[in-house]
Amino acid sequence: MKAIRLAATVLIVVIAMASVLGSLLPVFDYARQDRERINAGVSAAHWLGTDDLGRDRLSRLLHGTQVSLLLAPAAAALSMLLALVIGAASGLIGGFAERSSKLIIDLFLSIPWLFLLLIVRAMLPLNTSPALSAVVTFLMLGALGWAAPARILQARASRLRHAPFILLARAAGISRCRLVFHHVLPNLRPVLLAQFWISVPVFILAEANLSLLGLGVAEPLPSLGSLLRELESALSLGSDVCRFAALMVLILVVSSLQIAVPQQEAC
Amino acid sequence: MERSERGAGDVWKSVLRRVVLAAMTVLAGGLISATLVRYAPGFGSDERQLDARLSSASLAAIRDANASERRILPYYAGYIARALHGDLGISRSLNRPIQQILAERLSITSLLAVKALLVAWLAALSLVFAAGVLRLPALSLSSSIGSGVLLCIPAGALALLSVLLNAPGYLALAVVLFPKLNRYLSNLTAATVSMPHVLAARAKGLSETQILVWHVIPVIKGEVLALAGVSVGLAISAAIPVEALCGIPGIGQLAWQSALARDLPLLINLSMLVIAGVTLANSGADLLSADRGQAA
Repeated sequence: MKAIRLAATVLIVVIAMASVLGSLLPVFDYARQDRERINAGVSAAHWLGTDDLGRDRLSRLLHGTQVSLLLAPAAAALSMLLALVIGAASGLIGGFAERSSKLIIDLFLSIPWLFLLLIVRAMLPLNTSPALSAVVTFLMLGALGWAAPARILQARASRLRHAPFILLARAAGISRCRLVFHHVLPNLRPVLLAQFWISVPVFILAEANLSLLGLGVAEPLPSLGSLLRELESALSLGSDVCRFAALMVLILVVSSLQIAVPQQEAC
Repeated sequence: MERSERGAGDVWKSVLRRVVLAAMTVLAGGLISATLVRYAPGFGSDERQLDARLSSASLAAIRDANASERRILPYYAGYIARALHGDLGISRSLNRPIQQILAERLSITSLLAVKALLVAWLAALSLVFAAGVLRLPALSLSSSIGSGVLLCIPAGALALLSVLLNAPGYLALAVVLFPKLNRYLSNLTAATVSMPHVLAARAKGLSETQILVWHVIPVIKGEVLALAGVSVGLAISAAIPVEALCGIPGIGQLAWQSALARDLPLLINLSMLVIAGVTLANSGADLLSADRGQAA
């Protein structure tokens, strides 16, 4: 199992490095349109062919992977911050704060997440710039995806509140700040990290779903989700296998992330 | 006799508490959705205002209608009061009574979800139980890898693939649900199979089918019921991309269209309907598992 996890980690690092380094090269311009070669097949100039606007698929794949791989962890970090503030803090305080936050968390968990994302993302002005749309999409994912990690963090923090070493620290007169930073947070860290790594693939998939509905990252900026929209224009499965490159990379990225996360620490 | 009366009373109390909680969740969920829409950056921009054919009076009427939606709490309170009298309002984008639109589309989504849930549950249960009875490591491994790969494909991409393959929409939805059910059921069964009472039964020479029916299924029944409730929520959520991309005129497609058209009255009704569906399914599953727990 360790070997598989290591292989998954190596794979994700290789994909991330290829996307970052590749997108830095001027050869890989994701927006340049080659009007002479529209929907072209694989060639020396275009290793994965071109799309229906004559844009190089490989360049778009490199940039798209970079957008998803950079912004999804940022969204997950925001989500964890909110989960920590709402879930862990209320679990630690207990009483009314814990009960009321539990209700709010349950409420957010009962609303289908994609539905919320859809209605908020659709409200963005139509003239939003592509870069801003990418940032807003992932910000929204982070801002609405906190409930499930908050539930887990709350349960862990609530258990910690009654832990003997915390009671002992309190009895010893330790300050609240020191208690949180020296005793509570280090104990919450494994759960927090596991939840963070679980959220990253979830956010990549959520962005892909939004982009497939035309509500994710705006054109011409690519993301793994917006690249998947090419499937829509494919006439048949056998027409051009390069159309499936984005899907293959998405599967590789998400499965590697899922394998690399130690699942035992998630609950 | 007294104990059974008290038991029945407890059940009714529990049912009542869940109904009140579900109603509160639906109301609060509707308010959350409305608030999110209201404070989203592009709220209030109406494409109709760009229509050169409209007179200044019509434009002022559109602006007035939008202005009433800006004060979210009075708007929401007014909506609830009207809804209690059976008036769900008029859709701004479709210009039709919302009640009528929902009635038309609800049956389509319900049928789609029921078919998908049936296929996904049947596939997941048969694979998990076949792997349990036959004890074939290859079957467990292949189903685990298969569901792992399917978990990594977004619902929208599966919907597009089903369109390309001319497969029905419910099959795409079933493929979205299957890996989640299969993974959870496999983990649950694997954990139960290694419990001491199952090991003892196996040592006594019981067949794998007997172990499954007598010692595994009774233990996992509660969790499976809870998962059934959760799977309804998953189906409703996944129905949005599947219906939108497969062109199925159900509630999911309506949610997508109303979100694009910024149709606040329709969005609030859809939010409440979707939340009510998810909450009822979860509460029903909770009640059933609690009832079975008491009976046991």
